[in-house]
Amino acid sequence: MRFLLLPIIYLALSLNVAAIGVDKNRLSDPAQESRAQQIMKQLRCLVCQNQSIVESDAGLAVDLRAIVREQIKAGQTDKQIITFMTSRYGDWVLLKPPFKAATAILWLGPLFLLLIGGFFVFRYVRQKPSISTPEPLSPDEEKRLKHILRDSEK
Amino acid sequence: MLFKRFLPLFIFAGIFVAFAVGLTLNPREIPSALINKAAPEFSLPSLEGDSIGLSSADLQDPDHIIVVNFFASWCGPCRIEHPALEALGQTDGVKLFGIAYKDRPAHSLSFLKSLGNPYAKIGTDLKGRNAIDWGVTGTPETFILKDGIIRYQHIGPIHAVQMDKIQTVIKELQQ
Amino acid sequence: MIAELGHYMLVLALGLAILQAIFPMIGAYRQDGRMMMIGQPAAYGQFLFSLAAFAALTYSYIVSDFSVAVVARNSHSLKPMLYKISGVWGNHEGSLLFWVVFLALFGALVAYFGRGLPKSLRARVLSIQAMVGVGFYLFMLITSNPFERLPNVPFEGNGLNPLLQDPGLAFHPPFLYLGYVGLSVVFSFAIAALIEGKVDPAWARWVRPWTLLAWVFLTIGIVLGSWWAYYELGWGGWWGWDPVENASFMPWLVATALLHSAIVVEKRDTLKSWTILLAIIAFSFSLLGTFIVRSGIITSVHAFATDPERGMFILLFLALVIGGSFLLFALRADKLRAGGLFAPVSRESGLVINNLFLSVAAAVVLYGTLHPLLSDALFGVKSSVGAPFFNLVFGLLMIPLVLVMGLGVHLKWKRAPLKGLGRKLKAITALSLLAGLMTLYVTYGGEIMPVVWMGVGVWLLLSMFQELGSRIKLFQVPFKNSMSRLMRQPRSSWGMSLGHLGFAVGLIGIVATSSWNLEQQKVMNIGESMTIGDYQLTLDDVVAVAGPNYSAVRGIVSVTSTDGNSFIARPESRTYISSPMTTTEGAVETTMSGDLFIVVGDTQTSGRWAMRVYYKPMQVWLWIGSTIMVLGGIFSLSDRRYRIGSPQGKKKTRSVAHAV
Repeated sequence: MRFLLLPIIYLALSLNVAAIGVDKNRLSDPAQESRAQQIMKQLRCLVCQNQSIVESDAGLAVDLRAIVREQIKAGQTDKQIITFMTSRYGDWVLLKPPFKAATAILWLGPLFLLLIGGFFVFRYVRQKPSISTPEPLSPDEEKRLKHILRDSEK
Repeated sequence: MLFKRFLPLFIFAGIFVAFAVGLTLNPREIPSALINKAAPEFSLPSLEGDSIGLSSADLQDPDHIIVVNFFASWCGPCRIEHPALEALGQTDGVKLFGIAYKDRPAHSLSFLKSLGNPYAKIGTDLKGRNAIDWGVTGTPETFILKDGIIRYQHIGPIHAVQMDKIQTVIKELQQ
Repeated sequence: MIAELGHYMLVLALGLAILQAIFPMIGAYRQDGRMMMIGQPAAYGQFLFSLAAFAALTYSYIVSDFSVAVVARNSHSLKPMLYKISGVWGNHEGSLLFWVVFLALFGALVAYFGRGLPKSLRARVLSIQAMVGVGFYLFMLITSNPFERLPNVPFEGNGLNPLLQDPGLAFHPPFLYLGYVGLSVVFSFAIAALIEGKVDPAWARWVRPWTLLAWVFLTIGIVLGSWWAYYELGWGGWWGWDPVENASFMPWLVATALLHSAIVVEKRDTLKSWTILLAIIAFSFSLLGTFIVRSGIITSVHAFATDPERGMFILLFLALVIGGSFLLFALRADKLRAGGLFAPVSRESGLVINNLFLSVAAAVVLYGTLHPLLSDALFGVKSSVGAPFFNLVFGLLMIPLVLVMGLGVHLKWKRAPLKGLGRKLKAITALSLLAGLMTLYVTYGGEIMPVVWMGVGVWLLLSMFQELGSRIKLFQVPFKNSMSRLMRQPRSSWGMSLGHLGFAVGLIGIVATSSWNLEQQKVMNIGESMTIGDYQLTLDDVVAVAGPNYSAVRGIVSVTSTDGNSFIARPESRTYISSPMTTTEGAVETTMSGDLFIVVGDTQTSGRWAMRVYYKPMQVWLWIGSTIMVLGGIFSLSDRRYRIGSPQGKKKTRSVAHAV
């Protein structure tokens, strides 16, 4: 399995190929280009490790960026563009998981945890002092107590 | 109260099971989004450039199981899987088609000349856009179709040991 | 010969670890003084032997002994000496050796500084520390032996990944490991407390400095890694929510919570089982990180060579250590009886709420990191969780956390009056709102969330200054008096102030650089220009450059800004001899208001060059803020009150009269 290391490194370093890709076809309308950037930030570079297609110079990333820009120019909505990608690559291409039954824990979890945790914190912080009878001392501890009391009286 | 104290243990147990199963999985294997969906519509020129090399109409063949293989002359693993492709091309009831991905036609032609051409038909996807419609992320990738519906996707080269699985899939589809 | 010696040392260390694990524990159970006493010499010896093994491995790297398999795989005779040495821990086997040396080091430190601890507590702590060590030694000797020899000695090594030949990255693992392993000490203390069945304030006095030490190291390690990524990876990214990055962030979050939770245990003798749980979880996350990096279970840039066999071993080890700890917790936690109380509005409750948010944050990061795996393993569905998710959810959680932080420092212990609070905070709240409005104006048309975050960050910053100001009675007494009060503040309060202040500064930097950064790209001929923000850049020339083990292409870029500043930037693109990979060394020009990040490289067409420029507002605030945070931690550590000295073990009168 060790041979996997080299491909992984190559993959990782595909980010740093001396030939730096430059997006020649940026949209001239800044509002559209900024929309494009927002969408691209959400799309995973499928041949990289944990990067969006904005950050990667990989061939596939460049192609996908071009597609996003073309579709914006052609008047597609954000949703349509995202659907275009997921219908071809599945949900895996999204860096922001869609809200579905499968990802309910992911999205609702934090709120849920906060509420439950908050409930316990609330109870804890508001607790009344408990009147509990202390355990009786063992004969050893009794002796020590006598000793200490004697000392402190000096 | 008791439940609360055991909660961390339970949560860890769940995570442990997931990890144990996870060790058997390959995180880099992403299943196709197109399984059991129709292949995309396309019409690709031939390597010689003078006609249509491959189109979606070719995939509609009730008498054969269609295998579509994405390849390129610059792709090392494509060379490795070449014998497997030849075997597939010669299997009864199977038609093997190729799509050259982001490859200069001259290079694809010499690649096939030196290794041999296992494909019944070949289309060339110069810009790689067609491949994106198939959900392809690199070469080689191989799709098995029946009646124009994608039934199976294999990512990466087809090693000899994996031929059994491919043959099984084909046989099942033929029934 | 040296390698075999090293191997032998490792086995000896294992032997001592086994002794240290078994006898002190039995001794504590039987109250047998002699068996308990085995702990100290075993700990010292274990440290010496594991250090010797490490020295042997380092020697093999220094002399480029390619008959040792790991040296052949990871080193190269042309590598600069610093990187030959840092190459020792830049791979799976070597980093494991690092782990055990640090484990043994911390064990020895506990043995030494713990001379004033109750004997049975110390014995148990050392025993558990050794048990963890045994697992690692076995893992190494069975599956990942760094001293394995190659039957055919190659002439030259495979060379280290050129990305790792960098000072920032050379020091990132040591600090990170010191942090991870430092948490093992609190873990051992927690387990020992569960076994003993009691947690008293003395125990908390012990937990705090060790947690703080681990926390400081962990912070330094994480920040070094981020800083390295920033200037090395070519697009100025410093955090990607990559699974392995998350694996270092989770213990940090939990350690921060633990730090604050331990304070409540110490002051109020309460919140004990929660603190123990946190201590267990913190170290569990350290171990989890180890698992994730080495098992191939999650894809990541940071992953070492992946091997399911090793993965299985670590997983079983995790099950034993973590599962065992949680089981022990479930069975014994009820023995820890709660002590004092505090009012709903008090510093203590502020700390509890802080813990709530930090824990939820850690849980969110954990679940987000594991979700792809869980989804695949349990349901066969491939799901993807990336930066957009984490940025959104974590960012939202940060808002209430920071607000409570800024509020909490003003609260008194035990019971805090709400009325005076409102008056105190009026001024800074108004100022922060003003800051928010100014931000909104400057960034009009942009997103709203960054404005909110900025306002919150400024509020925290002002709140910390306000708190310090009221403590030294600034403007209420003559300035000289305030200054002398300032100087006389105990180091731990300096630590508190600096820690939170640093966090605020860092937060402001993070908001700015993440939300309002600019990027420009252009394909240029020599002599052409491009603009970004207030800067104009001209590509004056491109020259070829030779380094010790690489050749590079260097751009000479002259930069002028609209306020008259100008400088020359020299970004490089390097190709290393030992591997065909190239790295970009971006040129970074740093000012307080932002960083200009310039990258130059080939294009497909010859004669022209691709230049990419990034402008990162207030990026340096992140590094400055983190440094201040670390300083705060160090200040606190140096406070004699939290020294790891004897907690009045012999003077029993003191502990009885110890009023709360």
